[in-house]
Amino acid sequence: MNSLNVPKFSDLIRPDRVHRALYTDPMLFELEMDRLFGRAWLVLGHESQVKAPGDFFTTRMARQPVLVTRDEGGAIRVLVNRCPHRGAVVCTEERGHTPHFQCGYHGWTFACDGALKHVPMANAYPEDPRGLGLRLAPVPRVAVYRGFIFGSLASTGPELLDFLGHMRTSFDDMVDRAPDGEIEVAGGVFKHAYDGNWKLMLENHNDTYHPAHVHASSIYAAKEQSDDTPTTGAGEIAVRQMRQNGVPPDVWDGLGLWTAAYGHSLMGDYHDDKRLVAALKDPTFAAYRAALERRHGPKRTDEILGVARFNTVVYPNCTFMSQFRQLRILHPVAVDRTIVYTYSFRLKGAPPQMFRDTVAFANVVNGTGSPVLTDDLELYARVQQGLLTQANDWVYVGRGFGGDVPDRDKTSRGSVGTSEIHIRNQFAAWAQYMAQAQ
Amino acid sequence: MATAPDLREIEQFLYHEARLLDENRYDEWLDLYTDTATYWVPLERGQKDPYETSSLIFDDRKLMEARVRQFRHPRRHAQTPSSRTCHMLGHIEPLDDGVGNAIRVRSNFILVEFRADRQFIYAGACEHRLVRAGAGYKIAAKRIDLVNSEGVLDGISILL
Repeated sequence: MNSLNVPKFSDLIRPDRVHRALYTDPMLFELEMDRLFGRAWLVLGHESQVKAPGDFFTTRMARQPVLVTRDEGGAIRVLVNRCPHRGAVVCTEERGHTPHFQCGYHGWTFACDGALKHVPMANAYPEDPRGLGLRLAPVPRVAVYRGFIFGSLASTGPELLDFLGHMRTSFDDMVDRAPDGEIEVAGGVFKHAYDGNWKLMLENHNDTYHPAHVHASSIYAAKEQSDDTPTTGAGEIAVRQMRQNGVPPDVWDGLGLWTAAYGHSLMGDYHDDKRLVAALKDPTFAAYRAALERRHGPKRTDEILGVARFNTVVYPNCTFMSQFRQLRILHPVAVDRTIVYTYSFRLKGAPPQMFRDTVAFANVVNGTGSPVLTDDLELYARVQQGLLTQANDWVYVGRGFGGDVPDRDKTSRGSVGTSEIHIRNQFAAWAQYMAQAQ
Repeated sequence: MATAPDLREIEQFLYHEARLLDENRYDEWLDLYTDTATYWVPLERGQKDPYETSSLIFDDRKLMEARVRQFRHPRRHAQTPSSRTCHMLGHIEPLDDGVGNAIRVRSNFILVEFRADRQFIYAGACEHRLVRAGAGYKIAAKRIDLVNSEGVLDGISILL
């Protein structure tokens, strides 16, 4: 098959397998940008990135540059980062604070809500451009849930809360863990890329079948590591996390793995290391728990800390770890190239050491030089290369097929934790988005 | 040891470290470092510390040992096939008088990595903190500031 001869979408997806064209066909990728990324709610960031009026950051939606600001009135705005005059990108900074945005080409100047404030030498226009509705165009829909900023390039579609469904509870988990009830982006942003389709990362993050194989070398290296070697504390967290990836198969199979409408999924947690997950014996966690109890009392604190999740996937552009305060936003660049931004969050009111542990955890799990992540990226590239072969058009995602069972809050649960139910669910959503023109 | 540092000796030491990396002699490379050494590739320009902000790599001795051990495993996928590298060092200059047991040394580098039909170029500045150990030096800390540390990077599976 090639780009000029795309079969019907319904021919590309079967109940337990999917056509390789979904990962390799440039024309399908263009359609995805329009019908899927151009329509779904996309995670853009967090309110703590735009705390005060005039704060801003730039990002992308379906490859298009956008600007997220807090305007003079305190409202969050998501604007297409493109001058209405001749089309130049207006803001080239990644983040900052400004009273206004000025286009570098002819000096057109915009307020933080996108309104056109000033046009140099405006007298040569037959009509004042400010009266023509020219402005930084707002993204059609913007919504915030528990501080997380979402945008959609489509003017109609499901409300954010309906879109998120049960995934709301993972955002709740992330925020509820803060003793002061608030979290904030902190500790820098990792930006890594891989030579593979954007779907490969979303499929991998709830794939509990892969760690024993993809991460065999880091598991080995960590298990062989002496506990007596000097550490600043950072290596300690890293070695412990790498060891955890080597839990036995029955632990992975015993995990919960849930899917929901719109392609989302979440998995249970596999950690039992008492430096990585809240435990009273660890002095940092004891102080943390005490801070939570001061706010919520022991019963509610038990409930909060009793939520045990690893990755949550919000299809199609975000995965996050509510318990470990990590969030990734993916940016598709081309059918075979993807950029991923990773953010860490600080729990306000938690002991300072908690955030130091978060930073060390981020380095080993999401860091560009991570002994763990780099092996995932290599496998994405190998899949991408393998799918260029024509001998076999199909990718088999039949693990656990037939065993999916309905569960609470409109979710389905995989028969085992290593089921590929989340991948089948992503393709079901893909087909729904792709079947309709905008 | 109260004598002023011999720049030539310092240069030779840094060249030796680079050669060990280029020849994949990781165990010998690790032996150049003290037991309490850190190996740091900051994420942000001018980054103040490795504890409150993430790093592309921040290894203490424990993680350095694990990282070196990982190279030996047959399923270190990101190093299968293994990278071939070439370090070029320049602008080597001591940052203090070195009278005493330790000296900080700044250098610039270009590093070319070839792996699986692709070539990557890294460049930046290094700062070594060297301590006297017998007749030679050991590395107590190495900081590597990539010019593009804040940019989009493919995974880094080598030692810089």
